[in-house]
Amino acid sequence: MNWMSFDAALPVIFMALMGVSMLVYVISDGYDLGVGMLMHRATPDEKDVMIASIGPFWDANETWLVLGVGILLVAFPKAHGMVLGELYLPVALMLIGLTLRGVAFDFRVKAKDTHKATWDKLFFAGSTLASASQGWMLGRYVSGFGTGWNYPVFAAAIAVALPMAYVLMGATWLVMKTEGELQQRAVDWACIAWAPMVAGLVLISMATPWVTATVRDRWFTLPEIIALLAIPLMTGLTLVAVRGLLGTRAVRGPLCWLPFVLLIVVFVLGFLGLAYSIYPYVVLDRLTIWQAASKPEALKVILVGVCISVPAIAGYTIFSYRVFRGKTGELKYA
Amino acid sequence: MDALILARMQFAANITFHILFPTISIALGWVLLFFRLRWLKTRHADPTLARGWLDAYRFWTKVFALSFALGVVSGITMSFQFGTNWPGFMEKAGSIAGPLLAYEVLTAFFLEAGFLGIMLFGHGKVSETVHLLSSFFVAFGTTLSAFWILALNSWMQTPAGHEVIAGEFVVKSWLGVIFNPSFPYRFSHMLLASALTCAFLLIGLSAWQLLCGVGQRSAPRVLRFGLTLAAVLIPIQIFVGDAHGLNTLEHQPAKIAAMEGVWETERGAPLLLFAIPDATERKNHFEIAIPNLASLILTHHADGEIKGLNDFPNAHPPPLPMFFAFRIMVGMGMLMLATSWLGWFLYRRAQWQPDRLPRKLLWLFAGMTFSGWVATVAGWYVTEIGRQPFIVYGLLRTADVVSQHPPAMIGLTLTLYILLYIALMLAYVAVLKYMAEKPEEVLAMEAAERAATPAGAATSPVIQGGH
Repeated sequence: MNWMSFDAALPVIFMALMGVSMLVYVISDGYDLGVGMLMHRATPDEKDVMIASIGPFWDANETWLVLGVGILLVAFPKAHGMVLGELYLPVALMLIGLTLRGVAFDFRVKAKDTHKATWDKLFFAGSTLASASQGWMLGRYVSGFGTGWNYPVFAAAIAVALPMAYVLMGATWLVMKTEGELQQRAVDWACIAWAPMVAGLVLISMATPWVTATVRDRWFTLPEIIALLAIPLMTGLTLVAVRGLLGTRAVRGPLCWLPFVLLIVVFVLGFLGLAYSIYPYVVLDRLTIWQAASKPEALKVILVGVCISVPAIAGYTIFSYRVFRGKTGELKYA
Repeated sequence: MDALILARMQFAANITFHILFPTISIALGWVLLFFRLRWLKTRHADPTLARGWLDAYRFWTKVFALSFALGVVSGITMSFQFGTNWPGFMEKAGSIAGPLLAYEVLTAFFLEAGFLGIMLFGHGKVSETVHLLSSFFVAFGTTLSAFWILALNSWMQTPAGHEVIAGEFVVKSWLGVIFNPSFPYRFSHMLLASALTCAFLLIGLSAWQLLCGVGQRSAPRVLRFGLTLAAVLIPIQIFVGDAHGLNTLEHQPAKIAAMEGVWETERGAPLLLFAIPDATERKNHFEIAIPNLASLILTHHADGEIKGLNDFPNAHPPPLPMFFAFRIMVGMGMLMLATSWLGWFLYRRAQWQPDRLPRKLLWLFAGMTFSGWVATVAGWYVTEIGRQPFIVYGLLRTADVVSQHPPAMIGLTLTLYILLYIALMLAYVAVLKYMAEKPEEVLAMEAAERAATPAGAATSPVIQGGH
């Protein structure tokens, strides 16, 4: 591989872009989906506030999934065919879940009062279905779509663990965005979700090297392991800090934003660990990013668009979060 | 059934469901901007008038939000189905389709989704100017999105600006690819279709409100606005449609032959008002024909030549669905022309007083609420089925790019999608009807939601803007 050539570096750039899009998607739609999965625990009034807290954002959050999958499609078409072929059924279920979640969100505020409860149930069901499908897909993907009894078990474990992580995200989002009784309940929900999420994370970190030899070799060799230990250590410390914070008074006051931000750190660390495990493959053990990449000419054209538009997207996303910063008030169309 | 037909049905189901909502939101975004500007202009001079525009804006914003959400979720499904159903397309035409799709997501999808939050919920949190700008970006984003998608679709119909190297499409000129021969026609045809669909939705729901005796402040003027918009645009649409037809005759003659049910190449071809084209016997049954008219319409000469389907062995679309889809589209267009012109003149004669209009006319308007959907979907069927058996016209066959999933799996997901789409479409229509009948309640819901917010929670910081 000629590292001096820009053409050879293009797939790396696009892999990074795709990874970052997926990371932003998982974090941003993660809290949306988490809030959706907490819906059934809330009173009708609380539901309105919970929905209002994600109202201005969910559309744009979902767009990161389109960008991530879009980059997979346009930059790594061979991998797109292989990955989505392997994940055909869970992808369909996720799309149905996302569809139900998205429309229920908009229908519930406009439907007859008697139908509102039904849309709330669909909102919960759609969020859960989408999250579990994503967990299953992640599990299948990181294990290179292996066959054998242990692979489905592994995927099923992640199909439970990822929704738990989303619930924790959602709960800490609510701690940040709400006040009063609902905020207290959100703290309680976060405490409930914390243990299963951590257990899931530990299990997955131990199981991933077990099911895939490539990942095992990547992590458990000297001297890399010494440097790499930083990732699990920092993740562990951050998670402990989140749990500690949830028990304090400050979390309902000036530090209400901290658990959410710390969880973002956890997701970023997990992402780095995952990226290290998989690189330079786009489909583990089967397809490297160079084998799967589109022609350099096409990638260059897309890169120009990315360089111009991504800063703009970042700019107006930050602007939108600033406009709706602080505690959530009423959800008012006008 | 084999994987090809199932994959096509699944993609068709998704794309049919999807197009319903962008067709509304592309034009409705601009209409909302217009309502908002009318309100700004009149709010000091004429508060009663202004109140009506504001009501219209607030009501139709809800319709927009709902349509937009349905468009987003079905659009996400499409971004997956490109790869799951047609993997060979991206492998062979990825150098062209990839960048066009990427630019759609990067420049348009993010723009509309990013500013939608501020447009829908940001009033009072940002200045009037920022809010107007956000609404503009949303409308502009939806139109830009149509631009990229129609550029790609038109390239698949009339490929240009590329060369084929080792079986793969490579770009020679991006301007040639984007502004391919059918793009200007298809793009303007679609934008007008969107405006007309939106206009008849405005007309239909307003008429329904007047029939139910609600929405007195806004419905009369929304009805007037919708009728004027439709009456002005429908002749333009017929003109553009005709030009699009000439363009298709030049570049995709097999599509025209299928639309018109012409089997043998002939001069002075008759226009078939009715026929049942039979692809096995390769002839038409039960023809009702007007001599020379098809040649006159398509070539603007009474004895102009029209190529027949038999000139394109194994390379022409199935004539039966084409023949009827085309007639449904044109018939609906004529009905829209008659309704909007008749309605506009009668409404003007009634001095824009809806209570002086015959109730039968209001019923006609209400019956035409979703006429734009019928015409748009029929038109897309003509253009998409008309490209078959190719995915890139004349160059790449659909059968060569399809994925080989087990038919049972495609069938299962197809069933799930269809059930979901039917349920959602019914829910959408039902909720629009409910909202139209109870506009006051829908508008008051905001107040109720505010009241329902727990004490102390309603303390959103307001950015200090110029208002």
